Amino acid sequence: MKIVDVQKPKTPVKQRLIRWGSVSIFVLICIWAFASMPNIEIKDTAAETSRAIIDGILHPDWAYVYTGDGEDLTFLMIETLAIAFLGTFISIVFCIPFSIWAAKNIVRWKIFSGAGKVVLSLVRTIPELVMALLFVKVVGPGAFCGVLALGLHSIGMLGKLNSEEIEKIDMGPVEAMSAAGSNRMKSFWFAVVPQVVPQFLSLALYRFEINVRSATILGIAGAGGIGAPMIFAMHGRDWDRVGIILLGIIIMVTLIDFISGRIRRKLV
Amino acid sequence: MEQQIAALKKPRKTKHLLTVVLLLILFYASSYNTKAYIEDLISGLPNMQSILVKMASPDWSYFEPIITPVLDTIRMAFIGTLLGAILSIPVAFLAANNLFGKWVTIPARFILNIIRAIPELLIAALFVAIFGMGMIPGILAIAFFSMGIISKLLYESIETIDPGPLEAMTAVGSKKLVWIRFAVIPQVLASFTSYVLYTFEINVRAAAILGYVGAGGIGINYERVMGFLEYQKLSTIVFAMFVVVVIIDWISTKLRERLV
Repeated sequence: MKIVDVQKPKTPVKQRLIRWGSVSIFVLICIWAFASMPNIEIKDTAAETSRAIIDGILHPDWAYVYTGDGEDLTFLMIETLAIAFLGTFISIVFCIPFSIWAAKNIVRWKIFSGAGKVVLSLVRTIPELVMALLFVKVVGPGAFCGVLALGLHSIGMLGKLNSEEIEKIDMGPVEAMSAAGSNRMKSFWFAVVPQVVPQFLSLALYRFEINVRSATILGIAGAGGIGAPMIFAMHGRDWDRVGIILLGIIIMVTLIDFISGRIRRKLV
Repeated sequence: MEQQIAALKKPRKTKHLLTVVLLLILFYASSYNTKAYIEDLISGLPNMQSILVKMASPDWSYFEPIITPVLDTIRMAFIGTLLGAILSIPVAFLAANNLFGKWVTIPARFILNIIRAIPELLIAALFVAIFGMGMIPGILAIAFFSMGIISKLLYESIETIDPGPLEAMTAVGSKKLVWIRFAVIPQVLASFTSYVLYTFEINVRAAAILGYVGAGGIGINYERVMGFLEYQKLSTIVFAMFVVVVIIDWISTKLRERLV
C-alpha cells in the first residue's frame, strides 16, 4: 500500500483560477522578456579576459595600498568613507522636514502628505550617478559633488522610510497632549519624536551602509572616491590594480556593515 | 525589582554627549577631507538654477526613442531577478544553520557577504569587460547581485521556521532532498516570493544605471544625454523611469500584501 494514495482535499475553484491565472501571467511575462533578447554571443576573448581578471584578483597590486602621494588606496578609501558619512549626515538633517510633510497622520490634509510622498519618490528616481553628474556642473568635479549627490538622493529614501515610521506610531500620546491643551509643536516634540527616534537612527545607519557602497562608484561620474581609479584600471585592463581595489572595497564595506549592524542591534 | 527601577532611570548623559561629540568630529573631519565648502555650493547656485529651469520643461519628443531602452531595462531587471532567485535557493539552504552544519553554513555565508559587498556597477563593468557591451553583462550583474540579497533574506527566514515538521520527517527517516521539499519549502515559499518581488523593485532602479558602463538599458541614454548636457531630455528619462518605478512598486506592493 502506498501512503501517497490518501485523498487530498480539493482546492476551491476560485483559488485554482487565481493560481492558474497568476501562473499564466508569469509565463507571458517570461515569454515577453526572453523573446526579444539579443543573441547570446560571447566574445572570443571572454575566456582569456576572465582568466586575466581572476589572475589579477588573486595577485593584487599590494604596492597601491599606500604610496603616500594622496592617490593611493588608503587615501581614496578614507575619502570614500568621508563622502558617505557627510552625504548621510546632510540627508539626515534635511529629510526630517520632508518625512513630517509626507506622514499622513501628522499633516491634516491627505493630499498634502500625498504630494510629499510624490516629491520624495521623484527625488529617489534620479539615480545617484546622474545626480553626481548634475552636481559636477554645479560645484565642479571632486568629493564635494559626491557628497551632495548622495545627500540629495538619500533624502528621498530616508524621507520615505521615516514618514512610514511616523505613520506607524501610537497616536494615543498625541491625543492626550492635545487634550491637555498643548500646542501642535509641543505635542509633536514630546509625543511623536520619542517614538520614532530609535527607528530613525537605525534607518540612518542602514542608509550609511548603502551610501558607503554607492560612494565607491560615484567616482565614475567624477565625484571623488575610489570609483575613478577603479574604472581607469578597468579600461586599462590593469587587473591587479582592479583586484586590490575590489579587495579594499570588500573589506571596507564588510567592516562598516559589521559595526553598523552592531550599533543598530543595540538601538532597537 | 531593582532592575526595573534601574531601567526606568534615565540613561547617563555622558554617553549621549560623547556620541554627539564623536559625530561632530567625524562631521568636521569628513567635510575637511571632501573639501565641502558651502561657498562652492552658493557660487554654483546660478548653474543649478539654469539646470533646474531646463529640467522643468521636459522634451516630450524624446519620449518615443526611449520606450525601447526603458522596456529593455525592465527586461534586464526581470530576467536578472529570475536567474538570481533560482540561484539563491540552493545557496540559501546551504547557509541556513538549521539545515546544515557549521562547516557548510560559514563558508556559504562568507561568500554571500562578499557578493553583497561588491557594488553592482562594478560587477557590471567586469562583466562588460568579459562579455562585451549589451544586455547580457547587465543581466548577469543583476543576477549575481540578486542572488546575494535573496539568499541572505531567505536563509534568515529558513532559520525561523517551525522545527516540528523537520523533526517529524527526520524521525521517519526521509532523505535530505525530500525533507527539504516537504518540510522546509512549504514554510518559506510565501516569504521567498515576497523577497523576490522586493528584489525586483530594487533591480529596476539598479538596472537604470548599469547602461552607464555599457551594460544595456536606459543607462546608455542617461550617459548620452548627460554627455551633451541635454537637461530637457534628462527630465524626460527621469519622468519615464518615475512612471515605470511607481507602477512596478505599486503592483509588487499589492502582490506582497496578498502573500503575507
